[in-house]
Parts: sequence; C-alpha cells; structure tokens
Amino acid sequence: MRRLAAALQDLRALDALAARPTPLARRDARAKLLVTLGFVATVLSFDRYRVAALLPLALFPIVLAAQAELPPRLLGRLLLLASPVALMLGVFNPLLDRTPLLVLAGQPISGGWVSFTSILLRFALTASAALLLLAGTGMPTLCAALARLGAPRVFTVQLLLLHRYLFVLAGEALRLLTARSLRAGAQQRLPLRQLGPLLGQLLLRAVDRAARVHQAMLARGFDGELRRCTPWQWQRADTLFVAGWGGWFVLARAIDLPQALGRLLMGAMA
Amino acid sequence: MHMADALLSPAVGGLMWAAAAGALALAARRLRDRADEAWVPLMGMLGAFVFTAQMINFSIPGTGSSGHLGGALLLAILLGPQAALVVIASVLAVQALFFADGGLLAFGANLFNLGVLSCWVAYPLVYRPLAGQSPGPLRRSLAAVAAAVAGLQLAALGVVLQTTASGISALPLQTFLLLMLPVHGAIGLVEGLATAALLGFLQRSRPELLAGTGLARPPAAPRARRAALATLAAAALLTGGVLSWLASARPDGLEWSVEQAAGTTELPVPAASLQARLAQWQQALAWLPSYDLPAATPGALQPPAVGAAAPTSWPEVKLATSLAGVVGGVATLLLVMVVGRALRRRRAAA
Repeated sequence: MRRLAAALQDLRALDALAARPTPLARRDARAKLLVTLGFVATVLSFDRYRVAALLPLALFPIVLAAQAELPPRLLGRLLLLASPVALMLGVFNPLLDRTPLLVLAGQPISGGWVSFTSILLRFALTASAALLLLAGTGMPTLCAALARLGAPRVFTVQLLLLHRYLFVLAGEALRLLTARSLRAGAQQRLPLRQLGPLLGQLLLRAVDRAARVHQAMLARGFDGELRRCTPWQWQRADTLFVAGWGGWFVLARAIDLPQALGRLLMGAMA
Repeated sequence: MHMADALLSPAVGGLMWAAAAGALALAARRLRDRADEAWVPLMGMLGAFVFTAQMINFSIPGTGSSGHLGGALLLAILLGPQAALVVIASVLAVQALFFADGGLLAFGANLFNLGVLSCWVAYPLVYRPLAGQSPGPLRRSLAAVAAAVAGLQLAALGVVLQTTASGISALPLQTFLLLMLPVHGAIGLVEGLATAALLGFLQRSRPELLAGTGLARPPAAPRARRAALATLAAAALLTGGVLSWLASARPDGLEWSVEQAAGTTELPVPAASLQARLAQWQQALAWLPSYDLPAATPGALQPPAVGAAAPTSWPEVKLATSLAGVVGGVATLLLVMVVGRALRRRRAAA
C-alpha cells in the first residue's frame, strides 16, 4: 500500500511540474523527444570502459533540469528508486572482470570497476533524460508529439487515457487497500486468497467506469480521436535547440573532451 | 525484469525497437480495422488497472516473500492479443517516463520481452490450447500458470540474450541463464497463481468478461481470398524453388542476336569505363550473383565473365538456384507490399 501511495505521489508531483510554463516547456515537444533519443543513443554508443569521456554529456540533463526547474532532490530520489536493475547486473562486473586496466594513486583498478562505474554513469544520464523529457513536456503534449512523428494513433490515444485514469484507479485501489487494512487486524500482509476478490473488485469497477466514460465521450461527440487545441508551431529556437544539442553530442562522441582539456592544462602548466 | 538503457548497446536496442515497433504497428492496424471506439476507454481503464495492480504486492505462502500480478496474460485473455500488446506498450511507456523503470532505448526490448512474448506467444500457444473453449476453474488456473511461466521464461531468456549481445555486462551467458531462468520461473508461477485467482473471481462474478469478445479471436478472412493467396504463394515457391531448374541453358533472344552479330553472347566491356566500374559494383553487391552462390574468394571485385560457357546438364538441379528463386520471390513480395502500403497511406492522407 505504501508503494502505491508513494508512486501516486510521485506521479502527481511530476504532472504538476510538467504543467508549469518553464523555459523547457516552451520548446516544441518533437524537438525535445528527438534530442532526448539522440542523447540516449550517444551515451550508449560509448565503449563499456569509457567513463571520463561520458562526463561532458552530463551537461544535457543539468541544463534541462535547470530549464525545467525540476527539484534536484526529486530527480535524485526517482533515480535511486529505479537504480536496482542496473546495480544488480552491473555489480557482477568487478567480480568477474579483474584484469587491471589503469593505475590510480598507485592502486591498480580492474576493468570490472571501470565498467561498473560506466554502467552507473550511463544509467544516471539516460534515466534522468527520460524523467526530464516528461517533466519538461507533460504527457498530453508528449502523446501529441508522438502522434505527429508517426506513432500509431491507437497507441497515443491509449497512452493519454492511461495517464488520465491512472490517478482515478490508483486512488480507488488505495481506498480498497485502506479499507482492507483497517479490517485485517494483525494480518496486514495481503494473502493470495484475498488477492482475487480485491483485484477483481478493482477490475470490475474499472470496466464499469470505462462504460460510463464511453457514454460521456459519445455525448460529447467522441469519434475515436482526441484532438489538440494548441496548434503546432516550430520556431527558430527549436531548430537551435536541436542543432545545438546535436552538435554537442557529436563533438563529445568524436573527441574525448576531458582528455583534451587535461592535455591542454598540463601543457599550459609545463 | 525491465531492461535498463545502461546495459544495452545501440545496435541491440535499435534492433529490438524495430521488432517491437513493427509488432505494435501491426497490432494497432488490426485494432483500427476491427475495433470500434467503445474499446478506447476500456483499454485505457484496463491499462490503468494493470499499472495499479503491479504495485499491489501479496504474500507468497510458505516463503515470506511477496509477488504481484504482471498483467500481460490477463489483458490477452480479456482483450485479445492485439489490444493487450497496445495496452502493455502504454504501461511500459508510463513506467519508463515517470519512474525511469526501463529506459527509452530499452523500451523496444521491454515491449518485446514483456508484451510480444506473452501476448503473441505464451497466450495463443500455451494458454489457448490448454484452456480450450469453456474451461472449468482448475483447467483455467493450470493454463494461466503454465502460460505465465512460459511467458516469464521467454522474457528472461530475452533479457539474457539482449544483455549478453550488448557486451556491457561481464556476466557470461551460461551463468546469466542459471541466475535468471530459475528465479523467473518462480516469479512466473507466482504471477500465474495471481492471474488464476483473479480469473476465478471473474468467473464467479462476471463470467461474460471471460467469454471473449470478437477481438479476442481473429476474424476468419474470406475463404476464397485466403485460398487464392495460399495457392499463389505455393505456386511462387514451386516456380522459384523447383521449376527454375528447368530454365533453358541456351541463350535468350537478345543473347542469340548478339551472338549472331558479334560472335559472343556478351560484348566485351572496356576496362577503364564507367560501365566496367558499375559492373564491378553490381558483382560485389549481388548476394546471389547469376542466381548462384557467391564465388569462393569473397571481396574480389571481378567483372562478369564474358561469354560464359553454358552448363552441360539439363535440368540443372541445384540448391543455389532454388535458394535464389525463393529469396528473389520473397524479396519482390516484400517490396511490393511496402510500396502498396505507402501508396495506400498517401491516398488516405490526401
């Protein structure tokens, strides 16, 4: 129950953040989607032993977080919640790959630790990009952008309705769980024999609610398509957004910027 | 179980995206052709239900641990495999965007592992045959458990293969399989029990939901059209694979005319000309040059042999010829389908 309550709270927080008129929200959603996908592809194109070369790419989520006015604590907490999969699989690298790859402060560092660090960094970069895409765009606009870019209409409408009714169903589920918890006494953990009736009730309420929603939609002239009132307007700033970030990704991929900067500084100091 | 971007390479992620996007497009197309708008709010609501249900943990008797409902199998039973895939895709998208649970590039791999393998493989090949038309409670439960285990095992296998192929994790394939398959077999068992419990409740309270709608079973295509398509496909395979052996070994009309005029079936080509260069490129790019397997020395850019000698035996029974015939037929069919669809879409948009 706590997990569902926390998830619902996070959903509401991200939705509220996305609804604000921030500098990032003013960019065309298609531009943000394309740049984010390009960013993820660039991060993942690096070899598994590259760590320092990934660092310049951290500029993208940092700048976007500032433009979206996203609280760093919320971003950090969501990243931490999502990290177990990457951690659980990545943790085997130091155990299996023990070949020394570099020496740091006189200590040999194995390739496994380098690749594990790279996995964590990749995860932080790509996961934060996904969260920022939503926080700076909002689900309705993102769905419209997906439809505009050729995603099947059935899928984008489904995504929109799922987002809309998620709050309703989650709230309903919380009430069911609370009612059960208040009557359960010492047996707070939900046993399997009660799962069927509990989820079944929730499912039946969902089906009945869907029928009422359908009637309401028909009464308002619904024909299977959800239309957007705000027209699409690609601005020069959007072109600069795509070109600028695209150029940065290409530069960071082509040149090991931290190494080049290090050589420059060492050369200047010599 | 959700793949993270950090463990995926762009090549593997891109490939899985293409596979999953193709499956999603196909499912969406079938829904568009057959579903009415009443399904739209139902799919949305059931997607919200599955998302919520995945957050409700129940205790597993005798173990002290907990599990939760997966949802893909349940959706396939209630809505049919096509609608279920679209709903699962939307749930995964929300999980990736709101909770970073599964990455953007990994979305394709996750949809394939958790959606396609459950809705399009485990449901029709395991659940439907085991459950039959009107199953009793025990038979339905066993079918649900078997299908859930099969779906989760396939999904775990998918995760292992995709992660290993990406080369980011250092886990060797065998070790990875030994870690993932037993655990996900147990998870599949738990999910199957949860699905069976829910199906049992629905059977008692609202059995019409489990009776299946028109979308749960694909409509039968008109018999005459199916028979015609099957006949044409068989004829194409027979012609390309077998009748191609009967192709005449003698020169065709053009080659005969050239031979009469110039003494050879093919005119010599000046070595440094554009024609020679293009011929070299064609020879290098051709997968099955002269409807035969490539030469023993690959990579050599050789111009086509001038006045090549005709084969001595007829019919020339050759596997390479059959392969060329079948591959060419399939490639032509695919090209025609792509062009036809593009033209239809253009006409619909106009």
